Amino acid sequence: MYRYKQADQRLVDDRVAQFRDQMTRFLDGRLGEDEFRPLRLQNGLYVQRHAPMLRVAIPYGTLAAYQLRTLADIARRFDRGYGHFTTRCNIQFNWVRLEEAPDILAELATVQMHAIQTSGNCIRNITTDPFAGVAADELFDPRPYCEIVRQWSTLAPEFLFLPRKFKIAFAGGAEDRAAVRFHDIGAIARVADDGRIGFEVCVGGGLGRTPMVGRSMRDFLPREELLNYFEAILRVYNRHGRRDNKYKARIKILVKDLTLEGFTREVEDEWAWTRGGPGCISDATFREMEAFFARHDDAPAAADDPGHLTALADSRAFARWVERNASAHREPGYAVVTLSLKKTGVPPGDATAEQMDGVAELAERFSAGEIRVSHEQNLVLPHVARRDLPALWEGARALGMATPNIGLLTDLVCCPGGDFCSLANARSIPVAAAIQQRFDDLDYLFDLGPLELNMSGCVNACGHHHIGHIGILGVDKNNEEWYQVTLGGREGSQAALGRVIGPSFAAGQIPDVIAHLLEVYVGVRHEGEPFIDALERVGLDAFKARVYGGAA
Amino acid sequence: MSTLIRHGKVADDHWQWIEGDLPRVVERLEAGEHLVLPLAVWSAHRARLDPLHSGVWLGPDDAPETLLPWLAGIPLVAIHFPVFTDGRGYSLAHLLRRRHGYSGELQAVGDVLVDQLALMAQCGFDSFRLRADQSPAAALAALAGGLRSPWPGPVVPRFAAASAGHDVTPAYSLDMMHCRIDGRD
Repeated sequence: MYRYKQADQRLVDDRVAQFRDQMTRFLDGRLGEDEFRPLRLQNGLYVQRHAPMLRVAIPYGTLAAYQLRTLADIARRFDRGYGHFTTRCNIQFNWVRLEEAPDILAELATVQMHAIQTSGNCIRNITTDPFAGVAADELFDPRPYCEIVRQWSTLAPEFLFLPRKFKIAFAGGAEDRAAVRFHDIGAIARVADDGRIGFEVCVGGGLGRTPMVGRSMRDFLPREELLNYFEAILRVYNRHGRRDNKYKARIKILVKDLTLEGFTREVEDEWAWTRGGPGCISDATFREMEAFFARHDDAPAAADDPGHLTALADSRAFARWVERNASAHREPGYAVVTLSLKKTGVPPGDATAEQMDGVAELAERFSAGEIRVSHEQNLVLPHVARRDLPALWEGARALGMATPNIGLLTDLVCCPGGDFCSLANARSIPVAAAIQQRFDDLDYLFDLGPLELNMSGCVNACGHHHIGHIGILGVDKNNEEWYQVTLGGREGSQAALGRVIGPSFAAGQIPDVIAHLLEVYVGVRHEGEPFIDALERVGLDAFKARVYGGAA
Repeated sequence: MSTLIRHGKVADDHWQWIEGDLPRVVERLEAGEHLVLPLAVWSAHRARLDPLHSGVWLGPDDAPETLLPWLAGIPLVAIHFPVFTDGRGYSLAHLLRRRHGYSGELQAVGDVLVDQLALMAQCGFDSFRLRADQSPAAALAALAGGLRSPWPGPVVPRFAAASAGHDVTPAYSLDMMHCRIDGRD
């Protein structure tokens, strides 16, 4: 993991002092609401339905155990004993007090954390694959590049008042587990034929009101040009992105208006000024960054450890958990374990202070002290020896985090919705709970196989409903909550946006609608064919007909 | 009355701000008045202007590239911020100062607030006409102290390739992120 240098530490320390001063001036009336708003947003502080909400950055989703303990401590001392992990791999505290926000930031600074640029019209937290550095299918570890871009983008003075928010994600290999094509910039690891390291650059992806799949603007960008090229994109966007209408201000609209070719030409012209110049990243910087993320010295571990194999044979529950929640690690004797934050009855992504402390301890015992946050709102232990899986499973069960549902229907992604968020049109958590309760039978869930369900409480799409195989969007009709259903969204290399199947439903109808969709799938699927593939093969009509009784 | 801060001090301002087209521009200039002209007016009268007495101001969607052939002789370029959340002026300042080497006075005008001064300075502004309600003392404090950003004034590329033989002084290493905004430290 990256460890702060003196300069990083001074930056976050100074930032706390600066924000404390700004908060004081706001509270005593010297700083107006309009002037304070962007300042507090750039420090992660929203004013929400019940209370202010503080969103803390978890850069590229990586946490050390001691950092997670501090988050637990903050949840206990400044909130109501829990936090919410988001689809941008950050954590939100939903019940903080405005005047205490600087104190929370000071606590965070003691463990090399902050809330800088977790909101506002600026470059947001960089995200990547939660399995980065350990995935068996990775070309190279994207985290050193994430950290370089994090440092470059943190308080970059030219780019703090962009037309709108700006999100960057990196993928390290063939399988995209970071939804990079749904980001303003998505960088995908590439190795050229001559062995040079670089990235394919996609631009203009995003969800929200006008969802779009990002398009490739450069097949191969050599890694040393990363910041020159990103700077060129940001400068073209900052100068020419629309500022007259916030709903048309994201870079995707600029790309659309200029056409991909036109936009790319602008960027390449801008890049021509800096290409090969002093903004190139040195090999020494790459080596230094890579050293931070070099894998710890895993003791060799046997993939066929007898204790682990016996446990698999003896316990169906353990075997199921391993099947769903343990993924391939690049070392065969190790596994990447996902701890589910999707237990039935608990809002997806929520974790209590006790769970956070418990996960910190499990990480120290079994995962070299490291935790990842996934954009599916689960926690990941990236370095677990297979022989430790039975003990880890017991520990996770004790915390209520061993639900064997990763990648299954009940591992649904969901924003806080109308219960908390002032933007929401509808509640999402109770609908998620109703779905989880209805489909609580593990045999049925396992039989259904991989299935992604995403739900958002409004068009801002924090629950990424457009990329769910099944998507649910809360809408407001005459002050009533209704839910629109989409089918066929997916992330990854075959990224696609879901299509609306017809008129929306009342909350109480949603579990039945899901049941009907699943019935159709079970009826049409071939042996071993996942939901999304069957849907793409047979098309939407059969599903619509079942849901609407032929009346759609 | 809005305060002008230049090079870290409250300064007198002998420049007159011209909003639109002005029929008597040349006469007034000949009479010794110092005028800051909108880009269009400046461009229209450029051949007859006394460079020592005429500055130019850019709106956020003006192209600073227009000025390039004459940049070295312009004593004052001002960039207007219609609202402080409009960040285009930061890019214009960066381009003029860092890319095109403008060395005259680069002034931020309009919705110029204390909390953004350090960022503006980092992008190359060295003079600030504060919005009328802003405290000059707070502005001076914000420019002198505040946040020790890894983004210094005279731009030091943070990850630069020393080995590539570029004239970068000093070449970047991760330990050098702590250059102060004002270039000291």
